[in-house]
Amino acid sequence: MQRILVLLAHPAFERSRVQSYLADAAKSLEGVKVHDLYHHYPNFMIDVMREQGLLMEHEVIVFQHPFYWYSVPALLKEWMDLVLEHGFGYGSKAVALKGKYLMNALSAGGSSKSYQATGLNRFTVRQLLAPFEQTATLCGMHYLEPFVVYEADSLSEKQLIQQAERYRNSLLSLQRGDTWS
Amino acid sequence: MELMLQVFIFLAAGVIAVPLASRLGLGAVLGYLIAGAVIGPFVLGLVKNPESIMHFAEFGVVMMLFLIGLELEPSLLWRMRSPILGLGGLQVIVTTAALASVGYYVLDLTWQASTAIGLILSLSSTAIALQLLAERQHLKSESGQASFAVLLFQDIAVIPIIALLPLLATTASKGSKAAEHGSSLIAHLPAWQQAGITIAVILSIIFSGRLLLRPILRFIADSNLREIFTAAALMLVVGIALVMGMVGLSPALGAFIAGVVLATSEYRHELEATIEPFKALLLGLFFMSVGANIDFNLLIKEPILIGYLVIGLVVVKFFLLLFLAKVYRISHSERYWFAFCLAQGGEFGFVLLALALQNQVLGSHWVDILTVTIALSMLTTPILVMINERILQPHLKLPQDLEIGEDAKLTTQQDTPVIIAGFGRFGQIIGRLLVANHIPVTVLDNNTAHIERVRPFGFKVFYGDASRADLLEMAGAATAQVLVIAIDEREKVKDIIRIAKNHYPNLKLYVRAYDMLNYQELQALGVNHVEREMFHSSLQLGQQVLKALGMRAYQAHRKALQFALHDKMLIEALGKIKAERGSKAFVSEARRVQEEVLELLQADRYNRHYYTDHTWEQPIEDEQRSH
Repeated sequence: MQRILVLLAHPAFERSRVQSYLADAAKSLEGVKVHDLYHHYPNFMIDVMREQGLLMEHEVIVFQHPFYWYSVPALLKEWMDLVLEHGFGYGSKAVALKGKYLMNALSAGGSSKSYQATGLNRFTVRQLLAPFEQTATLCGMHYLEPFVVYEADSLSEKQLIQQAERYRNSLLSLQRGDTWS
Repeated sequence: MELMLQVFIFLAAGVIAVPLASRLGLGAVLGYLIAGAVIGPFVLGLVKNPESIMHFAEFGVVMMLFLIGLELEPSLLWRMRSPILGLGGLQVIVTTAALASVGYYVLDLTWQASTAIGLILSLSSTAIALQLLAERQHLKSESGQASFAVLLFQDIAVIPIIALLPLLATTASKGSKAAEHGSSLIAHLPAWQQAGITIAVILSIIFSGRLLLRPILRFIADSNLREIFTAAALMLVVGIALVMGMVGLSPALGAFIAGVVLATSEYRHELEATIEPFKALLLGLFFMSVGANIDFNLLIKEPILIGYLVIGLVVVKFFLLLFLAKVYRISHSERYWFAFCLAQGGEFGFVLLALALQNQVLGSHWVDILTVTIALSMLTTPILVMINERILQPHLKLPQDLEIGEDAKLTTQQDTPVIIAGFGRFGQIIGRLLVANHIPVTVLDNNTAHIERVRPFGFKVFYGDASRADLLEMAGAATAQVLVIAIDEREKVKDIIRIAKNHYPNLKLYVRAYDMLNYQELQALGVNHVEREMFHSSLQLGQQVLKALGMRAYQAHRKALQFALHDKMLIEALGKIKAERGSKAFVSEARRVQEEVLELLQADRYNRHYYTDHTWEQPIEDEQRSH
């Protein structure tokens, strides 16, 4: 069984709709560690050693976040800047993350149609996530197809539950290693 | 062997009577007094010479004043000058006048004798009043402070009274005889020389306290011999008492001054801890010898006269004190504490009566009767204080509430998620933050000023001492989630933590620490979170300094945060090491703080590379190598 680390990044998680459903789904699974970054580092003072230790202990890393300006919230970016440092994340001697898996699990306000060449956002989510894909590659990790919840602001309660269930199944299959075996 | 036997009898009487009296709710002072009366020459007759023991035991009073001096910093004393001079002075003058006129008109004595009696009986017992107040933790209250001010003035007033008594002698020739009496070496000198020497002695106590004692105490402390430090502390008090005695001043006053001088020194706690047990024992001995000195034969011979005198003395003093307390606007219920605590004759009365006899100001008959009167009046005080506490105070609650505000009394069960103990500058910030975020808070504080000021803003602030288990319960400790402790008295903080840990295991404890050592102590007690009171604001200022020196604000901010993390880690590690090794047994607290600071500074030097963000900057060593 693959150990999964969910790095949850949402500055206003208390007011989130989709993210709290997703987080609950993730927390309900055994062997999945949900690590709420804004809870642990309210002043952005990331404990690099601790975070690196967590990364070593897990095989699958999930960035769970709202899609802010086509990217992750500031603290998760800060986390990347500090934790994936030279010698640990990348560099000729860095082996810590080799062979691990990285996935973005995000919620976006726009519809799936808007994330197309012809749509309002002009690029697909996967295209917009290119920096993360390349980050994974540079660290020797496998980048997985992102888990996306579209139209996050207008989902009904029932739809939210469905999305959470979809996330749960997705994490379960990651745990089993289905997607890549 | 005789001495040993006497000591054994005294100790045994105390050991039997005091716990018994405490169990019965009579208090330790009354227990001692009764024990003394029982073993005295007039009941069991086990002790032969109680006066001589009393002489020795008066040292307890001296030590008590030394300890009180240690608690009072000079600035505090200066702030108290008005009650000391005003309230204390008025008390002595008014009481002397009242008692003297009783002597003159009722007892038909000469005006000289009446004046002497008035002066002698106007003094109250420092030992009894302060001990009673201390036992009830009432010393810091309004009445405690007022009582202290009056007693201090009386101690000072003893000096002019000693000087005045010979002048009241009816036969002029006795003046010179009085001069021979006593231990005063300078009594034969002219008055102005006496005054000069007296002032010189007091000044030299102050200066040697400032300049000499600290290095001496440090030298002794460095030798790490606990018993020598004890010896030095005792020597200090005894020495001062001797010097003061030589110039005819009150030894208690001298010890008090020495205490005040040392109040700001780093050995304050050490001295306190060393003297305290001696004080307690000697005071106990003193109370017992007062009890033993009650002349029951005289009492049997003149029961009516003595009865009238005792009742008259206590009643007159009580009402005058009550009146003065009202003039000085002491709050309603506190007035009664004040009046009951001080309505008795004092231990200096015994000394002054002996002096009056030698000067033939008073006849031996009156001296004997008044000695019994003073002793009996001392016996009434613990009883009256108990009556005040048990019966009077509950009835006085209402008028007192009018002053604190009826709703400031915690009488109904509270139920808020957070309780804050202590609403000074620290507690207030926490309270404001919580209330601004719609979290209801129950606040306990025993400072009426805090309470009155913030009540109108919708805070549930109650008057009370959070170390009282019943008040904590009433404040909702059983259902609350968090108890914030932000009060100043460090011992009380520990008491509250212990009570909370025992009774409310689910209550999370968030505690403000005074400094690093206190931080470690509190952490060791197992609280959930400790914060040093000065830490973050100091860090903020340090961050501003870094900025002022040209560091970019963000960088300065990071450095401060990294330092905070590192510092917390180090201090907790040090605390753990200390807990394992056992704290260094005999160094004063101030020196322990200093030593730890040095250890921390040392650690900081080795860990400088710790304060860097690896990704963004090279560790310092690398940088230096590359240059």
